[in-house]
Amino acid sequence: MAEGNVTLQKLKTQYPDEIIEADARPGDASIALKKGKIVDICRFLRDDSDLLYRYFIDICGVDYLELRKKPRFAVVYHLFSLDKKHRIRLKVPIEESDLIIDSVVDVWRGADWFEREAFDMFGIRFNNHPFLHRILTHHQFVGHPLRKDYPPEQRHPCTEPWDLDFD
Amino acid sequence: MTEKDTNYQILNFGPAQPIMHGTLRLKLKLDGETIVGARMEIGYLHRCFEKMSELQTWSGVIPYTDRLNYCSSLMNNLGYCIAVEDWMGIKVPPRGQALRVFLNEMHRIMDHCTCLGPGLVDLGALTNMWYTFTPRELGYKLIEEACGSRLTTSYLRIGGLTRDVPATFVNRAKDFLREAPKYLDDVRGLVEKNRIFIERTRNVGVVNREDAMAWGFTGPCARASGVNYDIRKVRPYSGYEKYDFEVPLGSNGDVYDRYLVRLEEVKQSFKIMQQVIDHLPEGPVTADDPRTVLPPKHETYHSIEGLMNHFKLIFDGIQVPAGEWYSFTEAANGELGFFVVSDGGGKPYRIKVRPPCFAICQAIEKMVVGYMVADLTAIVGSMNIIAGELDR
Repeated sequence: MAEGNVTLQKLKTQYPDEIIEADARPGDASIALKKGKIVDICRFLRDDSDLLYRYFIDICGVDYLELRKKPRFAVVYHLFSLDKKHRIRLKVPIEESDLIIDSVVDVWRGADWFEREAFDMFGIRFNNHPFLHRILTHHQFVGHPLRKDYPPEQRHPCTEPWDLDFD
Repeated sequence: MTEKDTNYQILNFGPAQPIMHGTLRLKLKLDGETIVGARMEIGYLHRCFEKMSELQTWSGVIPYTDRLNYCSSLMNNLGYCIAVEDWMGIKVPPRGQALRVFLNEMHRIMDHCTCLGPGLVDLGALTNMWYTFTPRELGYKLIEEACGSRLTTSYLRIGGLTRDVPATFVNRAKDFLREAPKYLDDVRGLVEKNRIFIERTRNVGVVNREDAMAWGFTGPCARASGVNYDIRKVRPYSGYEKYDFEVPLGSNGDVYDRYLVRLEEVKQSFKIMQQVIDHLPEGPVTADDPRTVLPPKHETYHSIEGLMNHFKLIFDGIQVPAGEWYSFTEAANGELGFFVVSDGGGKPYRIKVRPPCFAICQAIEKMVVGYMVADLTAIVGSMNIIAGELDR
């Protein structure tokens, strides 16, 4: 109970305008945030001495088309604090027309491939990502497969190997 | 490529390369034997688990989870079943939990043996292939007895197990626990103080504690870097709090530590399995919960409630209440997380698998820079990349 509250309370104090909704479910607390200051918020979560969310766990995207929720997409971050044993889920709703968010690669290096996957599967672009290319689908794939309007039987041929760049 | 790049040799460790332990591609920029740049391409084994799971019923996803980390398939089953059970508040009875722990640890041993065997073979220690694969074979015989198949078990259901283990299982399990540890002790004896092994693995592929956490390393790779985090201790599930075991920690975060942590974890897994088998409770193996568990046959045939319950579960599937939640267990490679979104119906709306290998693998591109090609095989082998889990 308390662990969810410490994070939520600190965020409410520090970034009150960025919070859309908070849910202090014990053991699985989550908070919906606006995307504008997400990098600052993540840095705050990582560096604040009461929070210390230095353990990166997960980033993924969700498509709420069939649930008819607006905005259609959300980027979901899962973080863990080994020192304080806190867990938090950050949800950032994004409009389909403005499917861009800042990358948190500078805060946690591990965000790299997870953001690439969210780009690959949903088309969510991440600003300042070092190598934002498809990761699970091949380079000749068209479309973003985990979107709800993408047909599951769709196939795309891959006819050439990908000439990977180093930089 | 720039003017500078033409002085370098490009080497492609393509997807069909035995050293890569799965379908991975690593493109290297070499200056002689030293790696100056690396880029990894994955996705060769992407089978759209997450898209397919949106088309299945909640219990229909279980065979798909087998094929995530195919070396330790029951651990994936367990992660998924616990995700749904915790959300619905289903309590698996003690015997079901104990058997789950037993088979879970058995699969952890299998996975670590699969890492150790080929990993050590890559370094030239060929005997270890047999020494690690024999306990695997003994283990597979036991798993086959309980689950029906060796590799992809699909043995767990939401609410417990498919069926109870056969009557001969406990004695065979005791035989296994008597015989299998010797092989791993032999492996340890061969490598722990082996001069060549130490030279090839000490201070190779070092990841310090802070970096391990920033990358998202979990499991043996994180514990080798000194990150004291084991979900079985921090947030126990399926009755793990009842068993006495230690969590080995490394200090250096190099390849040597990663292998030794795995060897020690295998020993601790044997210890847990011995405790489970010595104190295996009697009773049912599935929860008595009509929301998820099919009623016993005699109730289906002889009572209208049983018939209706059976009918609804088969035709509509399990109905999981709406919501979003994240559930995590300690798989062989680390934290296997399931972020699930449910719309309240019979099919999952969204299942995101947080594979431990994904976080570990992304570091390889940066870790190998500065080392030689021979060190690459040591590093990749010690990370235990399972393509099934990586690509889903």
